[in-house]
Amino acid sequence: MSLELVCPAGTPSALRAAVEAGAHSVYCGFRDETNARNFPGLNFSPDELVEGVRFAHAHGAKVLVAINTFAKAGAMDAWKAALANAEKAGADAVILADLAVLDHAATHHPNLRLHLSVQAAAATPEAIAFYADTFGVKRVVMPRVLSVEEIAKLNAAINVETEAFVFGGLCPMTEGRCSLSSYATGKSPNLTGVCSPPEHVAYTEDRNGTATRLNGFTIDRFGAGEQAGYPTLCKGRFVAGGKTSYLFEDPVSLNAASLIAALAKAGITALKIEGRQRGKGYVTEVVRTFRAAVEAIDAGGTEVEVGRLLAGLVEGGRQTSGAYKKTWR
Amino acid sequence: MTKTGLTLGPVLFNWSPDRLRDFYARIADEAEVDRVHLGEVVCGKRQPFTDGIWPELIERLQAAGKEVVLSTLALPYNPRERASVLDFCKAGELAEINDLTALPTVAGKPFLVGPFVNVYNEGAARFLAGRGATGICLPVELPIASVSVIAAALPEVEFELFAFGRLPLALSGRCYHARLHGLHKDGCQFVCDRDPDGLPVDTLDGQQFLAINGIQTLSNGVEAFCPTPVELAELGVRRLRLSPHTVDMVAVSRLYRALLDGRAGRAETLAAVKLLGLPGDLVDGFTRGQPGSARVEMA
Repeated sequence: MSLELVCPAGTPSALRAAVEAGAHSVYCGFRDETNARNFPGLNFSPDELVEGVRFAHAHGAKVLVAINTFAKAGAMDAWKAALANAEKAGADAVILADLAVLDHAATHHPNLRLHLSVQAAAATPEAIAFYADTFGVKRVVMPRVLSVEEIAKLNAAINVETEAFVFGGLCPMTEGRCSLSSYATGKSPNLTGVCSPPEHVAYTEDRNGTATRLNGFTIDRFGAGEQAGYPTLCKGRFVAGGKTSYLFEDPVSLNAASLIAALAKAGITALKIEGRQRGKGYVTEVVRTFRAAVEAIDAGGTEVEVGRLLAGLVEGGRQTSGAYKKTWR
Repeated sequence: MTKTGLTLGPVLFNWSPDRLRDFYARIADEAEVDRVHLGEVVCGKRQPFTDGIWPELIERLQAAGKEVVLSTLALPYNPRERASVLDFCKAGELAEINDLTALPTVAGKPFLVGPFVNVYNEGAARFLAGRGATGICLPVELPIASVSVIAAALPEVEFELFAFGRLPLALSGRCYHARLHGLHKDGCQFVCDRDPDGLPVDTLDGQQFLAINGIQTLSNGVEAFCPTPVELAELGVRRLRLSPHTVDMVAVSRLYRALLDGRAGRAETLAAVKLLGLPGDLVDGFTRGQPGSARVEMA
């Protein structure tokens, strides 16, 4: 069975770009706090989703709808509406994390296929079996704490599909278990679907260059002439034990392209590309390249050939294969 | 009105068995807490050092009239860690689950849910209560407005809030203590034991910000939620949690007990807590609908 390529669609135009570039599936969310990329200018209205699903299906691609935040107490209507709208649009699956949302979906939308979001952080056979047995979850997105060897062992012990991130933004923290952003700003992925939110970001120039701050906390400093990066909290430079360093993670992104064959051997069903905040040009290039790599692997291509295909993507920003290699820890 | 419970949460830091023995002996004899959580919840690599001491500590604390709860690892993934979680749940004491790995094992009998499990709404709380959860310590970032909604929906569940200590904010597959010391997690040399309250993390401009504890990231600020008994009753919260630090935890427990019994006021309690020599400034933003780092207003 060929690997399924799951690609980001932050907007209807990115959806069309991803499908045309060869995505087997795209994932997207509604324009509200029900999804973990709740940024201005992104996401879909219910009508746009209907149109997006129609377009994807006409091209043989699937649409997965991320409803992967934790419902607000006393205000679950938005999450219920998102499930109903996803089913009405003909979505092929919804990606969920919250027990309440999973319970509601399993009870009221028995025909909706359920995937477990990385935000649920299910990393053991026992936890995964619980979600599969209780809610009928069919696929689990792997928490980014597992090595390839551990994913292989996990897949041998479970009987649901697994999906692994291979490219794009990288959280060094276990997703769905991180309140760093709300400690600094009051907003976080679990609470409001955002991390290090733009309305709390400030770039301040002084005689030493530029400081990037998040609600007043300095996340990094850049010299004159250096390009100041976005102050994502866990990618900042801090001082601990007398040392100044990128303590949590360097300003890198994930690129596990060299591990695609190993992930396939480890039993992964689908490869996921992060980047719903990215434009359609980026999406087109990354999706086309990964599709070619997946096909080369299917055809028995060597790592060298696959490496050559992906070489163009490796240039530019710094990259890491993250937790898939044990030395990252 | 029933008396508000006071819990001593699990020790989050890498304390030696000797230190833990001394600590809990004094807690057993002197602390004004009615419930004590034991167990390593942060790092599975630390477990072999402490696994052997829990039975004697359970006995010691129970003999002193404390209710003992075994807290499970928050991020288990290798087979030994998974087995330890399930063993804890079968040990016969009340278990607190910090990850859903343990849920199938505890389901059907009474159990507690720790602050590492994502309970953000009454639906999730109801789901867990339906499986046997009798008490839930809510996530530290949960807005106070959500706390009262959840508690009102499930009067049969004892809801608990994290009230004292550095806030547990994040977990990772990566060990930051090891990384800082140029090591990998697999060969970490247990360097986290040098920082029994966590290692402070400052910004490049010298602002006190966070603290690391192996794979865990905590706040630098020390949570000091000091509600009046009336405020707690209005929230529907029936228990507060004190998280162990190297400061005099017996003194902390006495201050909170007096506060909860209405024998001391908020300002008086905060002033006394501040004098204990804490590792960071007092914060309570999460309990006021603010960023968690917002400082306590003393007035």
